[in-house]
Amino acid sequence: MRTVVVMVMLVFLPFVTPAYAKTAHYEAVVAEPFLELHTGPGRGFPVFHVVDRGQRIEVLKRRTDWFQVRTDRGVRGWVKLEDMSGTLDVSGSATQIRDPDVDDYKARRWEAGVGLGDLDGASVISVYTGYHLTRNLSVEARVGDVSGDYSDGWLATVGIVHQPFPAWRISPFVMLGTGIIQIDPKATLVSTEDRSDQVGHVGLGARMYVTKRFMFRTEYSSYLTFTSEDDNEELDEWKAGFTFFF
Amino acid sequence: MESRIHLLLLRAALLSALLAATAGCASLGRQVEPAGDVQASSPVIDPRIERREVAPPKIDSEDFEVTAFYGMLSVEDFGTNSVYGARLAYHVTEGLFAEAAVAQTSDVDKSSAEILGNYDLSFGSDRRYKYYNLSLGYNLLPGEVFIGRNRAFNSAFYVIAGAGNTTFHDEDMFTLNFGGGYRLLLTDAIGLHFDVRDHLFDDDISGKDKTTHNIEFTLGLSWFF
Repeated sequence: MRTVVVMVMLVFLPFVTPAYAKTAHYEAVVAEPFLELHTGPGRGFPVFHVVDRGQRIEVLKRRTDWFQVRTDRGVRGWVKLEDMSGTLDVSGSATQIRDPDVDDYKARRWEAGVGLGDLDGASVISVYTGYHLTRNLSVEARVGDVSGDYSDGWLATVGIVHQPFPAWRISPFVMLGTGIIQIDPKATLVSTEDRSDQVGHVGLGARMYVTKRFMFRTEYSSYLTFTSEDDNEELDEWKAGFTFFF
Repeated sequence: MESRIHLLLLRAALLSALLAATAGCASLGRQVEPAGDVQASSPVIDPRIERREVAPPKIDSEDFEVTAFYGMLSVEDFGTNSVYGARLAYHVTEGLFAEAAVAQTSDVDKSSAEILGNYDLSFGSDRRYKYYNLSLGYNLLPGEVFIGRNRAFNSAFYVIAGAGNTTFHDEDMFTLNFGGGYRLLLTDAIGLHFDVRDHLFDDDISGKDKTTHNIEFTLGLSWFF
């Protein structure tokens, strides 16, 4: 059932995004001696048409670092991001396409990512989202799906993350948090009860800015589960994943 | 705060002075030229130039791709079954993309052990094989295909690998997946996908621990937005 719901949501996702810029397209005039049009949005696609200086183009859409343009004569082709800066917009100033870069990375507010980890021998797939209160301090919420040889389960945590050097491209951080871990022993074993425990965790990790809105993230966390038994249980988790920021 | 009030008062005074002045000018103009040409009453140079608002239309980015797919999944020991699902991809660069997928099969066939022993391993639970995964892909071989003399379609062969979870026989299994696919763009926004994916996980459904390979062939239709 859950899968079906997620599937339906995935399918309908595009329809809830706002339909903007459908009526008017961005228009530009070629300012360099010529502008090359490629057959596709990517490396290797050959140049099949050249637009001369002074001619007008209409920018229809963008895909990653490529722009689909239409010339006055109705020829459609793809232009590289670097080449777009050789055009002028309607007001006569150079076309400026601002892309997220390392400065946006430093000033980011929201980030969300996925991670893959090992929690004391069990595998964990997790998604998280974080909000930066200041450049150094952020709050994060995370849910993970745990699957091990003897038990399945999930965990949900919230925490605060401190990064002492937010301007570094590889920025280390420490984290402190709390949450709940649920462990369901596998059915094939002798029947044991499902357990839900509160956990506290401390962690250490690093984010690495890669490109655009994309970064890698790796971390180590130590969990302390407050079980109803006499002893508290300790769990170690290693995790790596990737993150997008907004 | 005080200076702001000062500023406000100053602005009000300035504005009223300006108003009085223009009103005076206008009445003066009317006296000189009682015929009352509107053009003549306005100053020669209007100092208040309307700032031209330049807001070029936004360029629509189409970096997301949603795919619906249908195909065959060979569930180890449980026959080949039809599978359907959806994928959502985000294209980071022209090469790299991240993808999330969910899918499920129809009720899987009985394994030979089940048929011979005449029992049901699922113990009454769901016999469907369901999975989700998160993967990273790379468009390894971008290119064009030519159909006939006048038509060219953009295409790419990509490799992809990731991890996820499989629910089967009421058990969750951590699952790795890897494979390759071929994307043929029918238009700039609609793509046709052929995918081959291996889903690997350890299970003990058959009684002993083993690693199973579950090969999946799918055909998908995608839309960039």
